[in-house]
Amino acid sequence: MATLGMLDSANLNGGQKLAVKYFTVAIVLFGAQVLFGLLSGLQYLYPDFLYGVLDFSVNRMVHINALVVWLLYGFLGSVYWLLEEESQHEVVGLKLGNLIYWVLTAAVTVVVLVYLLVQIGPGKESSIWLINEGREYIEAPRWADIGIVVSVLVVFYNVAATFSKGRYTGIAGVLVLDMLALFGIYLAGMFYTTNISIDQYWWWWVIHLWVEATWEVMVACIMAYGLMKVLGVSRKIVETWLYIEVALMFGSGILGLGHHYFWIGTPEYWFSIGGFFSALEPIPLVAMVVHAVFDAGARHVKNNNHPAMAWLIAHAFGNFFGAGVWGFMHTLPQINLYTHGTQWSASHGHLAFFGAYATIIIAMFYLGVQRWRGGVWMSGDLPGNGWKWKWSLGLLNLGMIGMTVAMLISGYVQSQIERAIEGSSWTGYFAAQIHPWFVQGMWWREAFGVMFLVGFILLVWDLLTIGKGESRPMQVVVSHD
Amino acid sequence: MAANQWWASESFWRKTAIWVTGGSFVALIFLTMDTIPQISSGSKRVPAYSVINHRIEYKFDETRHVQVPVIGAKEPLFGKELTEEEAEALVKLGKLTTQSKNCMNCHTLLGNGAYYAPDLTKSWLDQYWGTKEVREEQMLAFIKDPSDKVHNSMGRRMPKLEITDEEARGVVAFLKWMSSIDTNGFPYNFKSIEQEN
Repeated sequence: MATLGMLDSANLNGGQKLAVKYFTVAIVLFGAQVLFGLLSGLQYLYPDFLYGVLDFSVNRMVHINALVVWLLYGFLGSVYWLLEEESQHEVVGLKLGNLIYWVLTAAVTVVVLVYLLVQIGPGKESSIWLINEGREYIEAPRWADIGIVVSVLVVFYNVAATFSKGRYTGIAGVLVLDMLALFGIYLAGMFYTTNISIDQYWWWWVIHLWVEATWEVMVACIMAYGLMKVLGVSRKIVETWLYIEVALMFGSGILGLGHHYFWIGTPEYWFSIGGFFSALEPIPLVAMVVHAVFDAGARHVKNNNHPAMAWLIAHAFGNFFGAGVWGFMHTLPQINLYTHGTQWSASHGHLAFFGAYATIIIAMFYLGVQRWRGGVWMSGDLPGNGWKWKWSLGLLNLGMIGMTVAMLISGYVQSQIERAIEGSSWTGYFAAQIHPWFVQGMWWREAFGVMFLVGFILLVWDLLTIGKGESRPMQVVVSHD
Repeated sequence: MAANQWWASESFWRKTAIWVTGGSFVALIFLTMDTIPQISSGSKRVPAYSVINHRIEYKFDETRHVQVPVIGAKEPLFGKELTEEEAEALVKLGKLTTQSKNCMNCHTLLGNGAYYAPDLTKSWLDQYWGTKEVREEQMLAFIKDPSDKVHNSMGRRMPKLEITDEEARGVVAFLKWMSSIDTNGFPYNFKSIEQEN
């Protein structure tokens, strides 16, 4: 059947061909995210760097928007990747899916160009429709918002229709409902209001309920699929765990939303609700670590794709530490009063997004490239002992941990000086920003950012070359369905 | 795995997942219906836009043990008292301006946003503006062209953002109104501008 060791799209089914396109854009945007992150990090050290040309606000906006969009591309790609195998049916509406892919990609390109070239507009609603909404993470202008909703709706239709014509598995059920929430909740962020308390109330529905609920469930589905493919874990075990994780994740995550409602004008009862439920939020992540590590151990880590398996384990731990531990660390109101809106938040954000989402999508990239090359050998004994994927895994993870710790140290200084001592005044803010410990943290962040960039370059190189000319077919893992 | 145990069965956890998700979501809907009226403008926690006609202070509340905004005597913004409609229009212009100029990707508002520049939640009350007599003029001048004003020894400077006179007034109105929101004591221990007569 397959031509081993050569990139050949004949090796892929229809959904997987489309997935490869999504994955390609995802990697490009990942690169943009790293680049603009380095630029904005550099501006902390040299404020005059690109001042008036690409100001911090622009670089940071591209940095965080590239993040959101590349992860979204990664998710949509992953869903298309597993769709035909899971449903055992051809993707319904594949042509429409392809069309929407091109429309979405064209729209993303236009949005980025407008961010870079136009940047700001007058204080009118037309700016919000055409340039940017100026609301962190969901800056996309309103016309693009509508486009995103339509695109996700089309993918949702393709997924739901394909599963209902083919086999409807447990993963399918969770995935379909999760995608419904994915586009439904986005609507909460699509209006203008002068009242900033109400604005922020709904803004958090998009930011929190997306990231801490629907995205987490999305990665749980991908993890379930990944463990079946890579380790050959039985469907029964994987799907039971999936339900456990959904129960714990939505059970803690939906009302865990309350930890964002401490300081935006909302009533005080959110202290108790937010504090209690967000304290529960790490539990599903522990469950996921247990699940992944236990299964790997039970199978003596015998798997058919070493890089993917390594990234799945990195995901289990990264999700637990980044989202769970680093989040819980400053989620209680007594602590959050001092740490909210400081480098603590940045520290948590970096480790959480990377650990919870970037890692598992990278695992999917490796699954993708293995199949694309005709199902090549990717277990032990790779040429060069697989140094490229090992080094990129090491550099990306170490780079991220380094950045996270550096920002946490800066965050300690900031919350002590600006918040606790100086009472959050303007002069207090700058007193913290010029403190040598704060500045050193920013230097280390940039240094580890460069390490991360090197890891990223190696990752791309590896994805382009791994399995090239390999003549062994992939190891068979036995699944006890 | 003991698959015959009820607590390890797929169907038990499927049902649990559905009930927990549904229950949490229903609880969130009820909480939202209770919260939204309490944070609508004109409520106790989020004052009407015409609050910009009054003096706003940030004082320690002995019973709640947090600092809370206190709305004082008449002190119209730019010396001109506005009707509720005029005040809302001005604050709206201000908020639209902060969005279209992308303020939130350097500053934080209500603690959310980026951390490259100071939090704006109570910036109307900040001691940086000197005295309350010169505050309004200083803020207007600053917002319109901050680029030649050195903010700190690190040289971090806000760029000039092509903000018109009217937009700048709107931004000041928006900041004054935002400082009147009851944020449950955030930011803690804030030292506000001297306002006693």
